[in-house]
Amino acid sequence: MTVPVVDARGVGKTFGTGAEQTEALRGIDLQIGAGDFVSLIGPSGCGKSTLLRLIGDLVTPTTGSLAINGKAPGQARLDRDYGIVFQDATLLDWRTVQKNVELPLEIMDFSDAERPVRAVEMLSLVQLAGFADHYPWQLSGGMQQRVAIARALAFRPSLLLMDEPFGALDEMTRELMQQEVLRLWEETNISVVFVTHSIPEAVFLSTRVVVMSPRPGRISEEILIDLPRQRTQDTREDVRYFQLITEVREALRRGEPGGGS
Amino acid sequence: MNRRLARSGISIVAVIAAFIVLWEGYKLVWTALGWEIPVSPDNRTMPHTWDILLTLFRPAQRNGPPLILVEALAALMTLREAFVGFVVGGAIGFGLGVLFVRSRTSERAFMPYVVASQTVPILAIAPMVVVWGGRLDIPQWLTISIIAAYLTFFPVVINTLRGLRSPQPTAMELMRSYASSPRETLWKLQVPAAMPYIFTALKVSAAASVIGAIVGELPAGFRGGLGRDLLQFSQQFTAAPEKLFAAVLIAGLAGMLFVGLVTLAEHRWVAASRRQGSEITRVPA
Repeated sequence: MTVPVVDARGVGKTFGTGAEQTEALRGIDLQIGAGDFVSLIGPSGCGKSTLLRLIGDLVTPTTGSLAINGKAPGQARLDRDYGIVFQDATLLDWRTVQKNVELPLEIMDFSDAERPVRAVEMLSLVQLAGFADHYPWQLSGGMQQRVAIARALAFRPSLLLMDEPFGALDEMTRELMQQEVLRLWEETNISVVFVTHSIPEAVFLSTRVVVMSPRPGRISEEILIDLPRQRTQDTREDVRYFQLITEVREALRRGEPGGGS
Repeated sequence: MNRRLARSGISIVAVIAAFIVLWEGYKLVWTALGWEIPVSPDNRTMPHTWDILLTLFRPAQRNGPPLILVEALAALMTLREAFVGFVVGGAIGFGLGVLFVRSRTSERAFMPYVVASQTVPILAIAPMVVVWGGRLDIPQWLTISIIAAYLTFFPVVINTLRGLRSPQPTAMELMRSYASSPRETLWKLQVPAAMPYIFTALKVSAAASVIGAIVGELPAGFRGGLGRDLLQFSQQFTAAPEKLFAAVLIAGLAGMLFVGLVTLAEHRWVAASRRQGSEITRVPA
């Protein structure tokens, strides 16, 4: 039996102390296997971003146990197991596109010879080969986000964490970027945890959708997405696709306080 | 580029011309109407602009070199003190900024004194520094540099600190996810992000260091700088007001030259898209 990439058991997170306390997450049990694409979906305040940040060791759990590739999250971070993409591309605007992709490689002591090779390789993977010498402000929002993805994948992490990465993009760009991410996922065989509040996006991308509900944040349901792994534009018109969207939507309604019966 | 240079040249000439017209116009109108408020228009209070300029080319002393040469040499001397003070104060300011961003405790402990240091009048500090410097056998011009540094470091601390804290929280989190050391995060993310802030401070500091040097020259009784000449000419103001105006003009030009050099360095080190008031702005996401 293989070690799960993410193994959370009874994980809870409480922010603040005393009267100011807020319980963001309670009793999270979640296993993510190698090569899974798991979306976290739920209304705002359900703790989906907090769960992603717990997995990425950006915050530490208050209760329960959490293992990444069989290790403590802090160790996984030191081993550079995580690639992270936020809603804002967070590119350094004094660095060219290529130098932005090289940033993690510099910190991780990749050799002077290897850095540009890898950066160029990653840029062609996200179809920005011609933009290596541009500056971030010269790119559109979608292109900036591709650079952020190239940067996250450059050091070949085993787990890609994406926090509403396409939330600021228009619908057309968004659908293109979804195709791109699926292609990258297939080519690299990486595991992905993807936070979104778009139901169609979650269904289209994922092998599994984790539905969360608020106050305190918890997992209310998990829905296996049994669409063929190879997804195309036709998938968006598939009957099963629409059925699954309805399933997720109903699961979200059941999770609403007072909404279920 | 040449067109931009030409445009800025034209605007400089236009501003100078406008200033002369305003000055002389004020004198004409106020004299004709017999007004004395707020400033008397007579030649003892407001000498003619051409008298001020001509004074620059007359000998400062009988059979001596023209005033402009004397004052230019004095300005060079003062600029040297100011420059050393600027470098020392800038380095101390940057160092304190880094210290404070690393440790909240040190910021809480020392920041009140950094602020308090600037509420103490430089006129009170300067004589003390001069006396201490004299006891320690430090060259006089270097003592004056220390006084200049006292004025210089403050804007640099404040702006460095602000600039080092300017990266978005997500950028800091990315560095964390790369398991970046605090040193790498400082040099690869925080310092480059702080550069526009630091250069803004350096421009303020460049001007302040010239003031600091001039003020520092006074209690030191330092010969050869602008400070002594400004003091001497202000004592002779009723007899020859145009001399003081001429010296003030030179002092102002010296400060502008210094600030101009810092601006050139800024253009060299900070990308166009990141300068304050830049025409190039970020493409919206």
